[in-house]
Amino acid sequence: MKRFAAALLAFSLTFSINAFAIDPLPFQSNAQRLRFQHLTSELRCMVCQDESLLASNADFAKQLRRQIFEQMQQGKSDKEIKHWLVARYSTFILYDPPLAPSTIALWFGTPAIFLVGAGVVIVLLRRRARPADTIAEESGEDW
Amino acid sequence: MNDVAGKPFGRFVPLAVFAVLVAFFVVGLVWNQSHDASFVPSPLINKPAPAFNLPLLKQPAQSVSKASMLGQAYLLNVFASWCFACADEHPTLMAYRDRFGIPLIGYDYRDKPADALAWLGRHGDPYHEVITDESGITALDFGVYGAPETYLIDAKGIIRYKHIGPLTPAVIAKELQPRIDALERGGK
Repeated sequence: MKRFAAALLAFSLTFSINAFAIDPLPFQSNAQRLRFQHLTSELRCMVCQDESLLASNADFAKQLRRQIFEQMQQGKSDKEIKHWLVARYSTFILYDPPLAPSTIALWFGTPAIFLVGAGVVIVLLRRRARPADTIAEESGEDW
Repeated sequence: MNDVAGKPFGRFVPLAVFAVLVAFFVVGLVWNQSHDASFVPSPLINKPAPAFNLPLLKQPAQSVSKASMLGQAYLLNVFASWCFACADEHPTLMAYRDRFGIPLIGYDYRDKPADALAWLGRHGDPYHEVITDESGITALDFGVYGAPETYLIDAKGIIRYKHIGPLTPAVIAKELQPRIDALERGGK
Protein backbone atom coordinates (compact mmCIF):
# COMPACT_ATOMS: atom_id res chain seq x y z
CA MET A 1 0.00 0.00 0.00
CA LYS A 2 2.80 2.36 0.95
CA ARG A 3 4.60 1.53 -2.23
CA PHE A 4 1.47 2.20 -4.21
CA ALA A 5 1.06 5.59 -2.56
CA ALA A 6 4.68 6.44 -3.32
CA ALA A 7 4.22 5.40 -6.93
CA LEU A 8 1.10 7.48 -7.17
CA LEU A 9 2.93 10.47 -5.74
CA ALA A 10 5.82 10.04 -8.17
CA PHE A 11 3.36 9.66 -11.00
CA SER A 12 1.51 12.84 -10.12
CA LEU A 13 4.77 14.72 -9.65
CA THR A 14 5.73 14.03 -13.26
CA PHE A 15 2.79 16.19 -14.24
CA SER A 16 3.58 18.99 -11.84
CA ILE A 17 6.21 20.19 -14.33
CA ASN A 18 3.24 21.87 -15.94
CA ALA A 19 2.71 23.81 -12.76
CA PHE A 20 1.40 27.26 -13.52
CA ALA A 21 1.17 30.47 -11.58
CA ILE A 22 -2.10 30.30 -9.73
CA ASP A 23 -4.54 33.14 -9.77
CA PRO A 24 -7.92 32.67 -8.17
CA LEU A 25 -9.78 33.20 -11.41
CA PRO A 26 -13.42 32.12 -11.28
CA PHE A 27 -13.74 30.08 -14.46
CA GLN A 28 -17.21 29.16 -15.61
CA SER A 29 -16.21 25.64 -16.51
CA ASN A 30 -13.28 23.30 -16.59
CA ALA A 31 -13.26 23.58 -20.36
CA GLN A 32 -12.82 27.31 -20.11
CA ARG A 33 -10.01 26.87 -17.60
CA LEU A 34 -8.24 24.49 -19.96
CA ARG A 35 -8.73 26.86 -22.86
CA PHE A 36 -7.28 29.68 -20.74
CA GLN A 37 -4.26 27.57 -19.80
CA HIS A 38 -3.66 26.56 -23.39
CA LEU A 39 -3.94 30.13 -24.68
CA THR A 40 -1.69 31.69 -22.05
CA SER A 41 0.92 28.97 -22.52
CA GLU A 42 1.29 30.17 -26.13
CA LEU A 43 1.97 33.74 -25.09
CA ARG A 44 5.24 35.29 -24.05
CA CYS A 45 5.53 37.18 -20.81
CA MET A 46 7.14 40.34 -22.19
CA VAL A 47 9.06 41.26 -19.04
CA CYS A 48 10.45 37.79 -18.43
CA GLN A 49 10.98 36.73 -21.99
CA ASP A 50 11.72 33.09 -21.43
CA GLU A 51 8.54 32.41 -19.54
CA SER A 52 5.03 32.03 -20.83
CA LEU A 53 2.20 34.16 -19.57
CA LEU A 54 0.83 31.02 -17.97
CA ALA A 55 3.93 30.23 -15.97
CA SER A 56 5.10 33.67 -14.98
CA ASN A 57 4.56 35.23 -11.60
CA ALA A 58 5.48 38.72 -12.77
CA ASP A 59 2.91 41.43 -12.12
CA PHE A 60 2.76 42.08 -15.83
CA ALA A 61 1.77 38.47 -16.49
CA LYS A 62 -0.80 38.48 -13.69
CA GLN A 63 -2.44 41.54 -15.08
CA LEU A 64 -2.53 40.23 -18.63
CA ARG A 65 -3.91 36.89 -17.41
CA ARG A 66 -6.68 38.81 -15.66
CA GLN A 67 -7.32 40.76 -18.86
CA ILE A 68 -7.42 37.61 -20.97
CA PHE A 69 -9.74 35.98 -18.47
CA GLU A 70 -12.13 38.93 -18.63
CA GLN A 71 -12.11 38.94 -22.40
CA MET A 72 -12.98 35.25 -22.34
CA GLN A 73 -15.94 36.03 -20.10
CA GLN A 74 -17.06 38.55 -22.71
CA GLY A 75 -17.13 35.69 -25.18
CA LYS A 76 -14.10 36.67 -27.24
CA SER A 77 -12.40 33.96 -29.26
CA ASP A 78 -8.72 33.05 -28.87
CA LYS A 79 -8.09 34.70 -32.21
CA GLU A 80 -9.68 37.97 -31.11
CA ILE A 81 -7.71 37.94 -27.86
CA LYS A 82 -4.45 37.32 -29.68
CA HIS A 83 -5.28 40.10 -32.08
CA TRP A 84 -5.86 42.44 -29.14
CA LEU A 85 -2.49 41.48 -27.67
CA VAL A 86 -0.56 41.76 -30.92
CA ALA A 87 -1.98 45.25 -31.54
CA ARG A 88 -0.36 46.34 -28.28
CA TYR A 89 2.74 44.22 -27.85
CA SER A 90 3.55 43.18 -31.45
CA THR A 91 3.76 39.61 -32.70
CA PHE A 92 6.67 39.13 -30.30
CA ILE A 93 4.14 38.16 -27.65
CA LEU A 94 3.22 35.05 -29.67
CA TYR A 95 5.47 32.05 -29.17
CA ASP A 96 4.39 30.78 -32.55
CA PRO A 97 5.78 33.39 -34.93
CA PRO A 98 3.58 34.24 -37.91
CA LEU A 99 5.00 34.05 -41.42
CA ALA A 100 6.10 37.59 -42.22
CA PRO A 101 9.01 39.25 -44.05
CA SER A 102 10.92 39.50 -40.78
CA THR A 103 10.47 35.81 -40.01
CA ILE A 104 11.34 34.31 -43.41
CA ALA A 105 14.84 33.38 -42.20
CA LEU A 106 13.30 31.76 -39.15
CA TRP A 107 10.84 29.68 -41.13
CA PHE A 108 12.98 28.72 -44.10
CA GLY A 109 16.53 29.12 -42.82
CA THR A 110 16.75 25.69 -41.25
CA PRO A 111 15.32 23.75 -44.24
CA ALA A 112 17.62 25.76 -46.52
CA ILE A 113 20.70 24.88 -44.46
CA PHE A 114 19.55 21.26 -44.34
CA LEU A 115 19.20 21.13 -48.13
CA VAL A 116 22.65 22.66 -48.64
CA GLY A 117 24.12 20.16 -46.18
CA ALA A 118 22.36 17.26 -47.90
CA GLY A 119 23.68 18.50 -51.24
CA VAL A 120 27.25 18.60 -49.93
CA VAL A 121 26.95 15.10 -48.48
CA ILE A 122 25.57 13.70 -51.74
CA VAL A 123 28.33 15.32 -53.79
CA LEU A 124 31.01 14.01 -51.42
CA LEU A 125 29.55 10.50 -51.39
CA ARG A 126 29.39 10.39 -55.18
CA ARG A 127 32.96 11.59 -55.47
CA ARG A 128 34.13 8.98 -53.06
CA ALA A 129 32.28 6.19 -54.84
CA ARG A 130 33.88 6.98 -58.18
CA PRO A 131 37.62 6.22 -57.74
CA ALA A 132 38.90 2.69 -57.09
CA ASP A 133 37.10 1.51 -53.95
CA THR A 134 40.21 0.07 -52.41
CA ILE A 135 42.12 3.24 -51.59
CA ALA A 136 39.16 5.20 -50.36
CA GLU A 137 38.03 2.44 -48.05
CA GLU A 138 41.40 1.75 -46.55
CA SER A 139 42.18 5.30 -45.60
CA GLY A 140 38.71 6.55 -44.95
CA GLU A 141 38.06 10.13 -44.16
CA ASP A 142 39.85 11.71 -41.30
CA TRP A 143 37.12 14.13 -40.29
CA MET B 1 49.69 9.50 -44.47
CA ASN B 2 46.37 9.54 -46.15
CA ASP B 3 45.35 10.29 -49.64
CA VAL B 4 43.24 13.36 -49.10
CA ALA B 5 46.27 15.27 -50.28
CA GLY B 6 45.60 13.75 -53.65
CA LYS B 7 42.29 15.59 -53.89
CA PRO B 8 43.04 19.26 -54.28
CA PHE B 9 39.83 20.54 -52.69
CA GLY B 10 38.93 17.76 -50.30
CA ARG B 11 41.48 18.76 -47.71
CA PHE B 12 40.09 22.28 -47.52
CA VAL B 13 36.53 21.17 -46.79
CA PRO B 14 37.01 20.94 -43.00
CA LEU B 15 38.72 24.31 -43.01
CA ALA B 16 35.86 25.83 -44.99
CA VAL B 17 33.26 24.34 -42.63
CA PHE B 18 35.22 25.69 -39.69
CA ALA B 19 35.48 29.13 -41.30
CA VAL B 20 31.72 29.22 -41.85
CA LEU B 21 31.12 28.30 -38.21
CA VAL B 22 33.53 30.98 -37.01
CA ALA B 23 31.77 33.51 -39.23
CA PHE B 24 28.42 32.57 -37.63
CA PHE B 25 29.84 32.95 -34.14
CA VAL B 26 31.52 36.28 -34.84
CA VAL B 27 28.37 37.72 -36.43
CA GLY B 28 26.33 36.43 -33.48
CA LEU B 29 28.66 37.98 -30.93
CA VAL B 30 28.84 41.33 -32.69
CA TRP B 31 25.10 41.39 -33.27
CA ASN B 32 24.36 40.68 -29.63
CA GLN B 33 26.63 43.46 -28.49
CA SER B 34 25.07 46.07 -30.69
CA HIS B 35 21.45 44.92 -30.40
CA ASP B 36 19.36 44.58 -27.29
CA ALA B 37 17.46 41.31 -27.49
CA SER B 38 14.82 42.68 -25.15
CA PHE B 39 14.01 45.47 -27.58
CA VAL B 40 10.58 44.97 -29.08
CA PRO B 41 9.35 47.44 -31.69
CA SER B 42 5.98 48.83 -30.72
CA PRO B 43 3.16 48.21 -33.16
CA LEU B 44 1.65 51.51 -32.02
CA ILE B 45 4.18 53.73 -33.82
CA ASN B 46 2.40 56.10 -36.22
CA LYS B 47 -0.95 54.98 -34.86
CA PRO B 48 -3.30 57.06 -32.73
CA ALA B 49 -2.48 56.93 -29.06
CA PRO B 50 -5.11 55.02 -27.09
CA ALA B 51 -7.73 57.11 -25.36
CA PHE B 52 -6.86 57.79 -21.75
CA ASN B 53 -8.29 59.85 -18.93
CA LEU B 54 -6.17 59.77 -15.82
CA PRO B 55 -6.07 61.86 -12.64
CA LEU B 56 -3.24 64.23 -11.87
CA LEU B 57 -0.90 63.01 -9.17
CA LYS B 58 -0.90 66.33 -7.34
CA GLN B 59 -4.55 67.27 -7.89
CA PRO B 60 -6.40 63.96 -8.08
CA ALA B 61 -9.67 65.81 -8.62
CA GLN B 62 -8.42 66.96 -12.02
CA SER B 63 -7.59 64.71 -14.88
CA VAL B 64 -5.76 64.76 -18.18
CA SER B 65 -7.15 62.96 -21.20
CA LYS B 66 -5.99 62.33 -24.72
CA ALA B 67 -8.57 64.86 -25.91
CA SER B 68 -7.36 67.54 -23.52
CA MET B 69 -3.79 67.11 -24.81
CA LEU B 70 -4.71 67.42 -28.50
CA GLY B 71 -3.21 70.43 -30.23
CA GLN B 72 0.28 70.10 -28.80
CA ALA B 73 3.02 67.55 -29.03
CA TYR B 74 4.22 66.09 -25.75
CA LEU B 75 6.38 63.42 -24.23
CA LEU B 76 4.81 60.77 -22.05
CA ASN B 77 7.36 59.21 -19.73
CA VAL B 78 6.25 56.05 -17.95
CA PHE B 79 7.85 55.75 -14.52
CA ALA B 80 7.19 54.33 -11.08
CA SER B 81 8.68 54.70 -7.64
CA TRP B 82 9.48 50.96 -7.62
CA CYS B 83 11.41 51.15 -10.88
CA PHE B 84 15.19 51.16 -10.46
CA ALA B 85 15.94 52.05 -14.07
CA CYS B 86 13.68 55.10 -13.65
CA ALA B 87 16.01 56.40 -10.96
CA ASP B 88 18.89 55.92 -13.41
CA GLU B 89 17.01 57.86 -16.03
CA HIS B 90 15.91 60.58 -13.65
CA PRO B 91 18.97 62.91 -13.79
CA THR B 92 18.74 62.92 -17.59
CA LEU B 93 15.12 64.00 -17.42
CA MET B 94 15.97 66.72 -14.92
CA ALA B 95 18.66 68.03 -17.26
CA TYR B 96 16.57 67.88 -20.42
CA ARG B 97 13.06 68.77 -19.24
CA ASP B 98 13.30 72.35 -20.49
CA ARG B 99 15.39 71.51 -23.53
CA PHE B 100 12.93 69.20 -25.24
CA GLY B 101 10.81 72.16 -26.28
CA ILE B 102 7.58 70.29 -25.55
CA PRO B 103 5.91 69.31 -22.27
CA LEU B 104 7.22 66.27 -20.45
CA ILE B 105 4.30 64.42 -18.89
CA GLY B 106 5.01 61.81 -16.24
CA TYR B 107 2.95 58.64 -16.33
CA ASP B 108 3.02 57.02 -12.92
CA TYR B 109 2.60 53.32 -13.67
CA ARG B 110 1.12 50.81 -11.21
CA ASP B 111 2.22 52.84 -8.26
CA LYS B 112 0.69 54.19 -5.09
CA PRO B 113 0.28 57.98 -5.42
CA ALA B 114 1.84 58.49 -1.98
CA ASP B 115 4.93 56.48 -3.03
CA ALA B 116 5.23 58.42 -6.28
CA LEU B 117 4.94 61.76 -4.47
CA ALA B 118 7.61 60.69 -1.99
CA TRP B 119 9.87 59.51 -4.83
CA LEU B 120 9.49 62.81 -6.70
CA GLY B 121 10.05 64.71 -3.46
CA ARG B 122 13.25 62.80 -2.83
CA HIS B 123 14.73 62.95 -6.34
CA GLY B 124 13.14 66.12 -7.70
CA ASP B 125 10.25 66.43 -10.12
CA PRO B 126 11.25 66.68 -13.79
CA TYR B 127 7.67 66.60 -15.08
CA HIS B 128 5.39 69.40 -16.18
CA GLU B 129 2.44 67.26 -15.15
CA VAL B 130 2.17 63.78 -13.69
CA ILE B 131 -0.78 61.51 -14.31
CA THR B 132 -1.37 58.34 -12.34
CA ASP B 133 -2.43 54.93 -13.53
CA GLU B 134 -2.55 53.02 -10.30
CA SER B 135 -4.27 49.93 -11.71
CA GLY B 136 -2.20 49.86 -14.89
CA ILE B 137 -5.30 49.17 -16.99
CA THR B 138 -4.74 52.14 -19.32
CA ALA B 139 -1.08 51.16 -19.66
CA LEU B 140 -2.22 47.91 -21.26
CA ASP B 141 -3.60 49.93 -24.17
CA PHE B 142 -0.26 51.69 -24.53
CA GLY B 143 1.52 48.35 -24.64
CA VAL B 144 3.59 49.26 -21.59
CA TYR B 145 5.47 46.26 -20.26
CA GLY B 146 8.25 47.79 -18.29
CA ALA B 147 9.22 51.16 -17.02
CA PRO B 148 10.75 53.45 -18.01
CA GLU B 149 9.19 53.92 -21.42
CA THR B 150 8.86 57.17 -23.30
CA TYR B 151 6.31 58.05 -25.97
CA LEU B 152 6.40 61.01 -28.30
CA ILE B 153 2.83 61.97 -29.15
CA ASP B 154 2.14 64.64 -31.74
CA ALA B 155 -0.50 67.39 -31.77
CA LYS B 156 -2.98 65.08 -33.50
CA GLY B 157 -2.59 62.42 -30.85
CA ILE B 158 -0.46 60.09 -33.01
CA ILE B 159 2.37 58.15 -31.37
CA ARG B 160 5.50 59.11 -33.31
CA TYR B 161 8.19 57.36 -31.36
CA LYS B 162 8.62 55.06 -28.42
CA HIS B 163 11.72 54.37 -26.41
CA ILE B 164 11.89 51.43 -24.03
CA GLY B 165 14.38 51.71 -21.21
CA PRO B 166 16.07 54.77 -19.73
CA LEU B 167 16.50 57.81 -21.93
CA THR B 168 20.16 58.76 -22.15
CA PRO B 169 21.74 61.92 -23.60
CA ALA B 170 22.87 59.79 -26.56
CA VAL B 171 19.38 58.45 -27.24
CA ILE B 172 17.89 61.92 -26.92
CA ALA B 173 20.45 63.46 -29.27
CA LYS B 174 20.30 60.70 -31.86
CA GLU B 175 16.68 59.60 -31.84
CA LEU B 176 14.33 61.69 -29.78
CA GLN B 177 15.26 65.34 -30.28
CA PRO B 178 15.43 65.14 -34.10
CA ARG B 179 11.88 63.79 -34.11
CA ILE B 180 10.66 66.48 -31.72
CA ASP B 181 12.32 69.15 -33.86
CA ALA B 182 10.71 67.72 -36.99
CA LEU B 183 7.28 67.92 -35.32
CA GLU B 184 7.92 71.45 -34.14
CA ARG B 185 8.92 72.52 -37.63
CA GLY B 186 5.48 71.41 -38.68
CA GLY B 187 6.78 68.46 -40.65
CA LYS B 188 5.27 65.06 -40.43
